[in-house]
Amino acid sequence: MTGATASSGSVSAGTGFAGTGAAGPGSRADGKRTRVFLVDDHGMFRSGVRSELAGEVDIVGEAGDVAPAIAEIAECAPEVVLLDVHLPGGGGQDVVGAVKASNPEVKFLALSASDAPEDVIAVIRAGARGYVTKTISGPELVDAIRRVAAGDAVFSPRLAGFVLDAFASGSAPELDRPSFDPELDQLTSREREVLRLIARGYTYREVARELFISVKTVETHVSSVLRKLQLSTRHQLTRWAAERRLT
Amino acid sequence: MAEQPDDADRWDPADHGTGPRTAFLHNPGHWYSRVSGDGEAGSHAPLRRARDDRLLGGVAAGLAKRTGISVGVWRVVFVVATIVTTGYLAIAYVLAWLFIPAEGADRTIGAKALTDKRGIGLALGLTSVLILALFIASAVNAPYITSLAIPLLVCADGLVLISRNSPEDEMGYLRGLAEPAGLAPTSRPSRRVLRIAVACILAIAGLTTLVQGHDRLAIIKPLAGIVLLVGGIALACGPWWLRLAREAVEERQARVRAEERAEMATRVHDSVLQTLALIQRRAGDQQQVIRLARAQERELRSWLFDGRAPGTMDGQAETVADGIRLIQQEVEAQHGMSVEAVTVGDCLLDDDMSALLAAAREATVNAAKWSGADVVSLFAEVEPESVSVFVRDRGKGFDPESVPADRKGVAESIKARLARRGGSATIRSSPGDGTEVSLAMPRLVTDRLPRRP
Repeated sequence: MTGATASSGSVSAGTGFAGTGAAGPGSRADGKRTRVFLVDDHGMFRSGVRSELAGEVDIVGEAGDVAPAIAEIAECAPEVVLLDVHLPGGGGQDVVGAVKASNPEVKFLALSASDAPEDVIAVIRAGARGYVTKTISGPELVDAIRRVAAGDAVFSPRLAGFVLDAFASGSAPELDRPSFDPELDQLTSREREVLRLIARGYTYREVARELFISVKTVETHVSSVLRKLQLSTRHQLTRWAAERRLT
Repeated sequence: MAEQPDDADRWDPADHGTGPRTAFLHNPGHWYSRVSGDGEAGSHAPLRRARDDRLLGGVAAGLAKRTGISVGVWRVVFVVATIVTTGYLAIAYVLAWLFIPAEGADRTIGAKALTDKRGIGLALGLTSVLILALFIASAVNAPYITSLAIPLLVCADGLVLISRNSPEDEMGYLRGLAEPAGLAPTSRPSRRVLRIAVACILAIAGLTTLVQGHDRLAIIKPLAGIVLLVGGIALACGPWWLRLAREAVEERQARVRAEERAEMATRVHDSVLQTLALIQRRAGDQQQVIRLARAQERELRSWLFDGRAPGTMDGQAETVADGIRLIQQEVEAQHGMSVEAVTVGDCLLDDDMSALLAAAREATVNAAKWSGADVVSLFAEVEPESVSVFVRDRGKGFDPESVPADRKGVAESIKARLARRGGSATIRSSPGDGTEVSLAMPRLVTDRLPRRP
């Protein structure tokens, strides 16, 4: 594959967009660029992303549908797969499921134009490490990719909103059915605060400054929320998952 | 976007003192652990009446903040001391209310009351009525009441002056407090219960006194004399009382009219003035100007002839989430910037929520026009007790200190609009660091709509 061979080699992402650049986990010591695979059924969108990411990450391949995506990802072993939630031959979660079975170390970042919570939640529960909307700016996308590559979770404001909704305390159907694992089925108040700030448009760095904690702690909270999102049996989440035939 | 704003529309936080803003800077949302609150406890800041956490005038809460001793302790001390001093401490409380400024205010209520001639007249009238009542009480030999004479008189007069001269936000709070028990939707249930309890205790005490005095039939004899006396005084002072009462009613009506005017000015600002500003900025683009003028004309017509107020969601949205979506679409269409809208929970729109959304819309439009950023984040959360909206941009920001006090945008459209309905607004901004507007409105009906799939 040809893309992303610009020799500028600049690794300092996020200049010009507030917050995460310097403190993000993006600045890799070895200077090697993250290997990224692109799955989206719109060729236009793929080439757009390709040109936006050129020079920042290595795009090692791309695919437009579920079956070719699974095959090619196994072949080029990328670090991060940028995955559209809606694909002609099935949902993005099918790709996640198949690849996780054979290459568990590949990480997924969901990209979607969709606002529907069930789509997003389904891909996250299948194992994606984060979700961003397609309107995201180039530097922010680079930053998100690096975060996911480093094993962190990436929450867009919208995803934070979904999670706050799904874990709302005392929503009616929750009260009359016992929780199997209370620790997994609710958020701590600190996690809620972090999510609220993310939903308000704060970057991790700004969240950290606002709450007087370190960026690392913010990342820990977000990762713990992601784990709950993937494993919790809360009714809201299982319903969303069931609608996408995930359970 | 580089040009300076030249019309009546800029962030205007200048109508707030420095006190609350710095406090909000460290404590921007009610769900945060009260970092600054704890930090201030026991500090040597001057004593101020607290705005949050108040039951009456906020004196106890203010003392608690100043001394670091819990507000509950202060309240118990006040109540016990009032009983022990047969009511004289209540005088001290009312005086403190009058002469200690509220947090962030630079003037006391008392200073304003001194110039309020009508209020003083009303207080004198009330005094004469109370003296008459006390006279009757002493005639029927009810020592419980006469021993309370002086505190009763001073407190009543003090409260009259306070209720007429307190600032807008305190006034709203007091109005909620003064609604008949059980009918006040704005007062919290706990306060309602408290009021009903106090009323019951008073009623029972009064009944007991009456029953105890029942066997003294001798009081019937001077009763005739009392009736004559009361008749005489009423005849002498009656017209004056009537005039005072009528004036009070008229003044209330005038205030209602002034509020309506302010509301109307806000609406005109949000629609007509905003459109005119847009037209000035796009004067070169003829199509655009025609489109804006047409849209504005339609909106004005539907306001004048169909009663659909501009800037509100009447008929277009039924829930808060709908309204937020509508704001998103509108601002994206009119200003060509993207609005990232996130809603958590949902509830039906009532008048309060419409006001909140109108303020949110105004804040979003302001961000679109002045911030220079290309994305605005709009976050709304519906909680059982309140609804909060946050509008944030990463634009150029501004220095809240340097905005002239006569700018209308924020002062009227956002802060006053919410204050009139018991809500609040705070604005954080600094040059180069973007702006965040936080809006909150308490909820009357505490249902939570399930999120629609």
